[in-house]
Amino acid sequence: MAYLAQYNYWVVVVLMMIGLYVVVSHGNLVKKLMGLSIFQTSVFILYISMGKVDGGTAPILEEGISVYSNPLPHVLILTAIVVGVATMALGLALVVRIKEAYGSIEEGDIQEKDKQSC
Amino acid sequence: MSLPIIIAPSLALQAALILPLLACIGIWLTRANTNLREGVTLASSGVLFLFILQIYAAFTSGMPVEVVWGEILPGLKIAFKLEALGMIFALVASMLWIVTSIYSIGYMRGNNEKNQTRFFMLFPLAISAALGIAFSANLLTLFVFYEIMTLSTFPLVTHKGNKKAMHSGRIYLGVLIGSSVGLLLPAIIWTWSITGTTDFVAGGILRGHISGPALTVLALMFILGIGKAATMPMHRWLPAAMVAPTPVSALLHAVAVVKAGVFSVVKIVVYIFGIDFLASAPSVEWLMYLAGFTTVMASLVALRQQNLKKRLAYSTISQLSYIVLGTLILAPLSIIGAALHIVMHAFGKITLFFAAGSIYTASKKTEISQLDGIGRRMPWTMGAFTIGAISMIGLPPAAGFISKWYLLMGGFQASLTFPIVVIVISTLLNTAYFVPIIYAAFFKPENPDALIKPHGEAPIAIVIALTFTAAMTIALFLFPGIPFELASQIQLK
Amino acid sequence: MLNHLPILQVILPLLAAPTCLLLKEARLAWAFTTACCMATLAISVMLLLQVIDSGVIVYSLGGWQAPIGIEYRIDSLNAFVMVLVSGLSSAVILAARESVAKEVGADKQVLFYIAYLLCFAGLLGICATGDAFNVFVFLEISSLSAYTLIALGSDRRALWAAYQYLIMGTIGATFILIGIGMIYMMTGTLNMHDLAERLPEAAHTKTVFTAFTFIIIGTCLKLALFPLHLWLPNAYAYSPSIVSAFMAATATKVAVYVLIRFVFSVFGVDFSIDHMPLQQILLVLSLIGIVWVSIVAIYQTNLKKLLAYSSVAQIGYIILGFSVGTVLGLQASLIHLFNHALMKGALFLAIAGVVYRIGGCEFSQLSGIGKKMPWTMAAVVVGGLSLIGVPLTTGFVSKWYLVSALIEAGWWPAVAVVMLGSLLAVIYVWKVVEVAYFGSPEDGYEGAYEVKEAPLSILIPTWMLAASNIYFGIDTRFTSTIGHLASQTLFGAGS
Repeated sequence: MAYLAQYNYWVVVVLMMIGLYVVVSHGNLVKKLMGLSIFQTSVFILYISMGKVDGGTAPILEEGISVYSNPLPHVLILTAIVVGVATMALGLALVVRIKEAYGSIEEGDIQEKDKQSC
Repeated sequence: MSLPIIIAPSLALQAALILPLLACIGIWLTRANTNLREGVTLASSGVLFLFILQIYAAFTSGMPVEVVWGEILPGLKIAFKLEALGMIFALVASMLWIVTSIYSIGYMRGNNEKNQTRFFMLFPLAISAALGIAFSANLLTLFVFYEIMTLSTFPLVTHKGNKKAMHSGRIYLGVLIGSSVGLLLPAIIWTWSITGTTDFVAGGILRGHISGPALTVLALMFILGIGKAATMPMHRWLPAAMVAPTPVSALLHAVAVVKAGVFSVVKIVVYIFGIDFLASAPSVEWLMYLAGFTTVMASLVALRQQNLKKRLAYSTISQLSYIVLGTLILAPLSIIGAALHIVMHAFGKITLFFAAGSIYTASKKTEISQLDGIGRRMPWTMGAFTIGAISMIGLPPAAGFISKWYLLMGGFQASLTFPIVVIVISTLLNTAYFVPIIYAAFFKPENPDALIKPHGEAPIAIVIALTFTAAMTIALFLFPGIPFELASQIQLK
Repeated sequence: MLNHLPILQVILPLLAAPTCLLLKEARLAWAFTTACCMATLAISVMLLLQVIDSGVIVYSLGGWQAPIGIEYRIDSLNAFVMVLVSGLSSAVILAARESVAKEVGADKQVLFYIAYLLCFAGLLGICATGDAFNVFVFLEISSLSAYTLIALGSDRRALWAAYQYLIMGTIGATFILIGIGMIYMMTGTLNMHDLAERLPEAAHTKTVFTAFTFIIIGTCLKLALFPLHLWLPNAYAYSPSIVSAFMAATATKVAVYVLIRFVFSVFGVDFSIDHMPLQQILLVLSLIGIVWVSIVAIYQTNLKKLLAYSSVAQIGYIILGFSVGTVLGLQASLIHLFNHALMKGALFLAIAGVVYRIGGCEFSQLSGIGKKMPWTMAAVVVGGLSLIGVPLTTGFVSKWYLVSALIEAGWWPAVAVVMLGSLLAVIYVWKVVEVAYFGSPEDGYEGAYEVKEAPLSILIPTWMLAASNIYFGIDTRFTSTIGHLASQTLFGAGS
């Protein structure tokens, strides 16, 4: 049962694998981005759960509370979330442009069209 | 005979290296006026020879001449230093440049070649590279100029620009760059990493740093890495280079480029390995066998060539291997023989190539079978050809006799039968592939079907050039003093 | 003022980017960007001089001391890389105006310069910072703007290339993020200097091993080490020519810097080389990469793509020197890092000139171009010779150091592979030379007769880089001294 004690890491690993699998296996560009997003989210969870201290509360100075969770990973991951959002926005914008240029968002179709135009 | 020293020798040396580059620019600037352009070529080749004579004067008076141009990497300098072997090579290359310049003017005009300016511009570059190799004070400098020479001669080989020329150009570049980058450069870096220097030092620098099979491997890397020496299996580029206009074949592929190759071999064996030290390498005789094999094989192949220039090319491969062979006998006399052969072969072979180009210019003939009776139409050309051939075979009264004599003596000195057998067999083969040409030219009746156009002797510029080199071939037999003195001054210890 | 140089050079382009938005005119934006790049170059040169003069510069952001605040730490290694990045970026941006005006739509040109500045700021930030998480942030700043820049290419395949790069790049960056998270977990610090002190205590835990693996794979994705290079050829080939030059000269180089920084400074030589099989893995991958990718390059029919594959092969050389794990090997790596940036900068800028005139760089269009654009193609030849490693060019210096490092370590088979790689380079460079000089304009592109020399605004920067290929091939004091200094520092810090 010791393996389950750190179940948060298992969640992270499972999410990460789901995300990577989606990126690799799906031909639809939007789905790929979704996979990428899941993958990134798993890392966010890794950071967030890392900062948790057993029995600790939010890191606000208050009388009578001496155990705080570590706020630093949470702050860091805020930055990472912003980066993730930006990545997603850029990725989706690219997909829109690809749709305009190729008329499709399926990887197979796009590669087919590139071959034809060569 | 001693010459007055007018210019400081170190200055003359640098001037000799830079002058061809100036000539290159001068030729480009005067490209509109062909007479002026050729004037620049001739003038600069003449002045260059004067510079080299100045350097020679300094050398004979025993003045040490050293020039450092800069340090590429810490401890690795572009530097030049005068010594006997380099002096020989520089004298030969610069003297023959003058002759070839006269010749190429006749040839290029006689054949209406395209892109003559490019042709005349690249020639001095190659000569500058040859002098750089001759005067180099260390392996790095030698390598730098070696590569410059390869790159500057490539457009000369592909001068015609057609498919065949391109294909040959690929072989040329592939073999020369391939061998130098793939084997020579690692060999140099290896030498540097074990000894901490790449300087040429009398007696060698490797002693005490390397031994056993590694030494033999290093020697093999150097000998094959110097593709310009055309030791089999690195010889393919030389026949391929025959698509070039004949002056290129004559000066570069009988003198400057190939001699740069064998010169480098001699220099590395003498000044990097040291002959005594290399003799201690296990199985080093196999390197000698390789050179001997090349000599004989190339002669056999030459026998089967029907194209005149191709036959001369294989003959060159075979003769170059004499020099490599002579070096690898590792006896003092054979080193002298090798150094002399650099000179003697140069004059003989350039005469032969001049004759081939002369025949082509006058009659457009390239095949040996077409040459029946041509001696009557072109007596000067074929007379010179005969002298060149006699020198190749190694008979008196031609220069080739002297160097072959020393090569044989070297074989005896080292008590080796192999080189002696090789030289004898090869001499017979030389006879077999040259005598029929001479016989056909003078004694067979002319075949009217083979006549492409009525012709007489080639343009006067060509005749002057080949007569001069033929005369020199005889003169070097009668008065071998200067090259012999220089060759015996090579410091082996 | 002088004390603030480390931050100033990151802040300058970062602030310049939004300022650019106010300049509606593309010309003004270009002038502004150029001025900014030049200023940054000056700053980074000053920093380098300072570092050589007085050692490591430590700068605490906002006055907060590490480990609470973020610290910028400039030593000889990152000062060197920053000079490289800002120097090459300046040269590339000098050539940009006309090329961008031709290849990028009029409404997007200002945006182009903004993305350029952001990417530039990101790259400098990666170099300057001494904080592991900050590396990730700057990495993403530079990557996101790089995706945008690539997508600006006029070919629709540029979009697809940018998308692929986005997916691969994000995975790589996230891997780095995971790795950083894990080492933070084990040590409680993100400051690289502190990490280096605390990591040895935890060096034998699986978490640190895993973190190390994630960071290495992530950076190798970013630097396009074979077989993680698949995003690179298309990204270089279809992006605007200026972007190809910029990316080839700087982006992968900075990724190599990150790798070196993590392996040597953060994890330390003992850990990275003695405990992990890093050396063997990188050695094998780089050797296979050099040969295989060079062969692929030979079969390309698009000049940009050919050079892109050649870049991947050249990265193999950089990583090879690094994987020897000696001072000399790392020095060879750093020298090649610099030299390769010069080569590829010159080559891609020359191609920018070609594309400007004929609108593409397929071999079929380039037939006989050597006669029409002699100066541009001469620069290509100089760059090509340097790629091969002909003496008196920078490539020769790189190869000399690399081979001596390999011989010193006794890695003879690797020497053979390096030489084989040079020979393959001869083939692909010569393919270009043959097409350009021996093809006749008749078999080429229909408008070939009207083609003129590239405009001076492109030609001059191209030749600046081509000439520096020769200059640094003859006078190697700068590269070899700094390379030596940096690699000694790194090995000194690790032991």
